[in-house]
Amino acid sequence: MPGFDFSNYNRNAALHAQGVPLPKATSTGTTIVGCIFDGGVVIAADTRATSGPIVADKNCEKLHYIAPRIWCAGAGTAADTEFTTAIISSNLELHALSTGRTPRVVTCMTMLKQHLFRYQGHIGAYLVVAGVDPTGVGLYTVHAHGSTDKLPYVTMGSGSLAAMSVFETQWKQGMTREEAVKLTSDAIQAGIFNDLGSGSNVDVCVITAEKAQLMRNYIKPNEREVKQRDYKFKRGTTAWLKEKVITREEISKYVTVHELSSEDDVVVVEKMDIDV
Amino acid sequence: MNHLPQAWGRPRDDVYGPYDASYLQSGHPQTHTKSPIVTGTSVLAVKFQDGVVIAADNLASYGSLARFTDVKRLRPFNSKCIVGFGGDVSDMQYLDRLLNSLDVVENYSSEGHSLNAKNLHTYLSKVMYKRRSEINPLWNQMLVAGLDGDDKPFLSSIDLLGTTFSSPTLATGFGAHLAQPLLRKVADDESKVAGVTKERAIEAVKECMKVLFYRDARSLDRYSIAIITKEGGVELKEDEQLEGQSWAFAETIRGYGRTQEV
Amino acid sequence: MDSLLGSNPTLASNPAYSFSKAPYNSAADNKEHAFYPYTDNGGSTLGITGEDFCIIAGDTRSTSGYSINTRYSPKVFRIGGDDETGEGAHIILSVVGFAADGTALKERLNAIVKMYKYQHGKKISVKACAQRLATILYGKRFFPYYVTAILGGLDEDGKGALYSYDPVGSYEREQCRAAGAAASLIMPFLDNQVNYKNQYLPGTGEGHDLEPRQALPLPRHDVEQLVRDAFTSATERHIEVGDGLQMLVMTKNGIEELYHPLKRD
Repeated sequence: MPGFDFSNYNRNAALHAQGVPLPKATSTGTTIVGCIFDGGVVIAADTRATSGPIVADKNCEKLHYIAPRIWCAGAGTAADTEFTTAIISSNLELHALSTGRTPRVVTCMTMLKQHLFRYQGHIGAYLVVAGVDPTGVGLYTVHAHGSTDKLPYVTMGSGSLAAMSVFETQWKQGMTREEAVKLTSDAIQAGIFNDLGSGSNVDVCVITAEKAQLMRNYIKPNEREVKQRDYKFKRGTTAWLKEKVITREEISKYVTVHELSSEDDVVVVEKMDIDV
Repeated sequence: MNHLPQAWGRPRDDVYGPYDASYLQSGHPQTHTKSPIVTGTSVLAVKFQDGVVIAADNLASYGSLARFTDVKRLRPFNSKCIVGFGGDVSDMQYLDRLLNSLDVVENYSSEGHSLNAKNLHTYLSKVMYKRRSEINPLWNQMLVAGLDGDDKPFLSSIDLLGTTFSSPTLATGFGAHLAQPLLRKVADDESKVAGVTKERAIEAVKECMKVLFYRDARSLDRYSIAIITKEGGVELKEDEQLEGQSWAFAETIRGYGRTQEV
Repeated sequence: MDSLLGSNPTLASNPAYSFSKAPYNSAADNKEHAFYPYTDNGGSTLGITGEDFCIIAGDTRSTSGYSINTRYSPKVFRIGGDDETGEGAHIILSVVGFAADGTALKERLNAIVKMYKYQHGKKISVKACAQRLATILYGKRFFPYYVTAILGGLDEDGKGALYSYDPVGSYEREQCRAAGAAASLIMPFLDNQVNYKNQYLPGTGEGHDLEPRQALPLPRHDVEQLVRDAFTSATERHIEVGDGLQMLVMTKNGIEELYHPLKRD
């Protein structure tokens, strides 16, 4: 039968009526912004991810790669922004390969809006798409329901009003790269300090015809002070009932064991602040 | 009894059937404010070294209709304080009448003393908290601006629940989201107030009124502004026009997607 | 479950229920959103006692939704002082939850404690004040003060006394208690660091014979450090906690107030 299939909707409505709650997703109750300048575009984001009132990640990355000179800032449900940008990035790469041209920002925006419209807002991705292509500079917002906007400066997320107030007072036509980076990071900081859904650091990505430059943690205005006390426990503080030592010979029966020879073999992806 | 506290003390639905809540209704007409009807939007205020600046636009909306465009939402009290009202306009007019009668009584009864902004704020917070406790709220959020007992700048907020708080800068309604981030750049701490000049405070408030007119769909470019100082008393201007608006960028915008769309 | 959900006749009692015939949201379901007389202003409080002192602390942020109302709105108060500065008070009270109820509760208790002094010619004991606070809260059993209160002071023997309450007046004397938004973050930390829960003395035995570490009253300096670490940590992980930390320390010499800035993001 043609058309949409809403049987899952009915199932969910019935489950909900029986008191089954919806699963709780990590949301990036966020501040994200974008702003064009002479010769390029800059987007920026805060780095707080929340689950209800709890901070789920203090330094998450909300600027997503789409193509070499197209980047995207995401607000809304974290998983939705990540998977949506990933699938569009993938499709755009295939599209670029089959056409033999560099992908355009409008193409990316159109693919995103068509993808999101199909899901009628159930994919909670609110995006700022920015990039430079052979037609020039592009900056768009895409809402979860599929609507888009094309403006010289944009904001999204729970901190969008705080950020927009900065743009509305300080934006001007024909800014330099430095001015645009300062303005966007100021807008993000307005979100960080005035919106509870936003916090921690400022990530910035500057895109010009030559290259895209991601400046991870461009500003870190919220470093934690050193703790008053030391919370190291004496060895043997934790009780245990049974001890079992598994030797390398034993475990080798099930998995292959490699000896790490030096520090060079250890790959540190991103360091997290922990007590030493 | 089962393990769900929500079901305790109630007749069991599976034995007696679901309770018919319609029996709970009385025949009397509803006289309480259940939701606001004609409303005013944001009120903004900033403390500076020797006073307070407060502003609100002159619009009263009826839903999304801009119904009345010359409503004065800054109300003076005994020529020493200003109360800025957001929310329901009829409740505002009731409160204004209440405050005027309070002023009359005070003028007859007290010798030489008059209520300052701090006293007024305490009075209003009791009125609002009492009304919310009767589940018959006055649907407003107010800012009280003036001077306290030591002639220091005073600024504090009250809402329909009786919640009160004070800060060097305050904004109600949409202004809490759009204007407060800008105002906090002027003075984000009580200690910074002494460094804020009257001119700086006025400039900041006017800038915020402009941003609110750009972005708040229930706002207007005609507004009232009041400056309260010890020396100058209350200077209230009720028919100001927003200046220096910038809409030039609008000409550069073409469509919402593909560029060929006009 | 059935007795509760039985109110939905379609789901509960009809064996022929079909998902494809699930009830639509009809216009009849649209209810007017009635006035709700409460709100949550966020924030957290914490109280710890020692041998001869009592500390109650709270952050100073007031929130509504995702907005900050103000960065400085104290949640810890002096009760029974001579004037509005609280000078001469001998009891401290913290309230967290709905701020308007908190203020009303504080002002009522303050008035009662003062009336007690005028009528009896002596200061109320912390024990009696604690019992009185419970009756005040229970007096509004069916329209409660939506607050979690912590009351502190020094008892008849000069020892630190701390009482914690639920919104309708159930109360208990304790060594330490966290309340408010980040209570579930702070309380386990306190259990471990004040009462040494889950800590054992190394080398005192094997398995079940291992001896638990005995909790002793902590010195004031250590308690102040624990309080500061509890709040900087809660600020890291709870969005409604931050801006400033206000601490009232009650000793035989009176009440001392301390303030430390917290992160403002």
